[in-house]
Amino acid sequence: MTAPDSNGTPMVRFENVTKSYGSFVVLDGLDLEFGAGEKVAIIGPSGSGKTTVLRMLMTLERINDGIIWLDGEPLTHMERDGQLVPANAAHLRRQRGKIGMVFQHFNLFPHMNAVQNCMEAPVTVLRMPKAEARARACELLEMVGLGDKFNHYPGQLSGGQQQRVAIARALAMRPKVMLFDEVTSALDPELIGEVLNVIRKLGSELDLTMLMVTHQMGFAKEFADRVCFFHSGKICEQGPPEQIFGAPENERTKQFLSAVLEAT
Amino acid sequence: MVWDWSYALSILPILAQASIVTIQATLLGFVLAATLGLLLAILRTSPLPIIAVPTGLVVEFIRSTPLLIQIFFLYFVFPEFGVTLDAFVAGVIALGVHYATYCSEVYRAGLEGVPRGQWEASTALNLSPFHTFRDVIIPQAIPPVIPALGNYFVALFKETPLLSAIAVMELMQRAKILGSQTFRYIEPITIAGAFFLVMSLIAAALIRYVERRIALRGIRP
Ligand SMILES: Nc1ncnc2c1ncn2[C@@H]1O[C@H](COP(=O)(O)OP(=O)(O)O)[C@@H](O)[C@H]1O
Ligand SMILES: [Mg+2]
Repeated sequence: MTAPDSNGTPMVRFENVTKSYGSFVVLDGLDLEFGAGEKVAIIGPSGSGKTTVLRMLMTLERINDGIIWLDGEPLTHMERDGQLVPANAAHLRRQRGKIGMVFQHFNLFPHMNAVQNCMEAPVTVLRMPKAEARARACELLEMVGLGDKFNHYPGQLSGGQQQRVAIARALAMRPKVMLFDEVTSALDPELIGEVLNVIRKLGSELDLTMLMVTHQMGFAKEFADRVCFFHSGKICEQGPPEQIFGAPENERTKQFLSAVLEAT
Repeated sequence: MVWDWSYALSILPILAQASIVTIQATLLGFVLAATLGLLLAILRTSPLPIIAVPTGLVVEFIRSTPLLIQIFFLYFVFPEFGVTLDAFVAGVIALGVHYATYCSEVYRAGLEGVPRGQWEASTALNLSPFHTFRDVIIPQAIPPVIPALGNYFVALFKETPLLSAIAVMELMQRAKILGSQTFRYIEPITIAGAFFLVMSLIAAALIRYVERRIALRGIRP
């Protein structure tokens, strides 16, 4: 499943990345790589910095130190006269187009129906003709199982349906990397399955690098190529799911997993 | 002094004419206030202090000085800098700019009411700042503040008599002139007051209607 891209460079690379809020250091010199097409589950206790990793990659947070690379090019920086300088808005916009993100609370545009939500960015950012964007939006909504909800507004949809629209909306921009931040945490238990099924489908049908922060250990085990366990802003342990869930070596990983398993 | 019906009826057409000027000043002034107010509100949200701070200062300055002084300033002082404005134009600009600062505060509340997740989703979809404002933020920020904007619309309307201070032939100025010509003030001033009362009540009813429509639409999650 892990298909390293032609020249072998990772799709995403965090190089000595530091992030702090005031004097509080969330991530301290993080080094982390994700291969093209790799599916990675990020797990760990609340407050360990999982969301921050995704938000930095989505350029929703500035980093304080280090470099993030995306698709063989710097993301947080750009090259000028052979030097790496902090990225300007134009560079960020170009690189950001390769990433899509799905949020815990959906963040759909409430004044647009499902199709309009999925058309907005292709039309305004990619300057796609409206008819083409609409056709593609409908195709994606079909794919996430919402072929009968094209004209429904977010307020008329269940949480699971809203989250599936949000997935279709992100896919409409044809990203290479998809970020999922606890996308089922705000859902009623009976709606979690439908969203996970869609993610499973993306994994098998599309050539995407998928990074997901999740508390669904069963899903992580079955879906991920690799599991990263975060603790206090550091990767405590990472490896294939069989290893992390079957024979964790780190004491903190063991504690976390037994606590999670007890709770479910 | 007793109310004279025949005199009242005779001046009614003249006052009706003048009320058209009042309505024109109100509408034009409010269009200016609503658009400039939105622009000021957006500039104030700018992450760049060079933009946000001066905008905030200008808004505070205009809000904290009397409208009448601003009207005088535009009409009597600007010509000294080579900008001569027609009384009506000066009056409309003063009204519009003054109320733009109030409207900008209303818009600001509306903008702040849009959840942060909407901005983040816009960034994640790579929308430009322009498209983020036009398509995502403003359509959500404005409906909740329409009633507050409506109140300023009525307030601006009721302040149009200030334009009589620079001799704009609006309702109040016309009523004053009629009074001074005939030495009967009770009819023209009462009719002018009644006009403001009726129009304000109509506007208030309209605002309540729009408010209900917005509440009914209820498409927010
Ligand atoms: N905007 C912020 N300001 C201050 N502290 C923050 C902010 N965002 C996150 N943090 C802190 O950073 C740490 C990591 O947060 P987060 O990445 O959201 O953790 P996780 O997703 O693993 O629960 C937490 O301790 C959190 O309180
Ligand atoms: Mg989180």
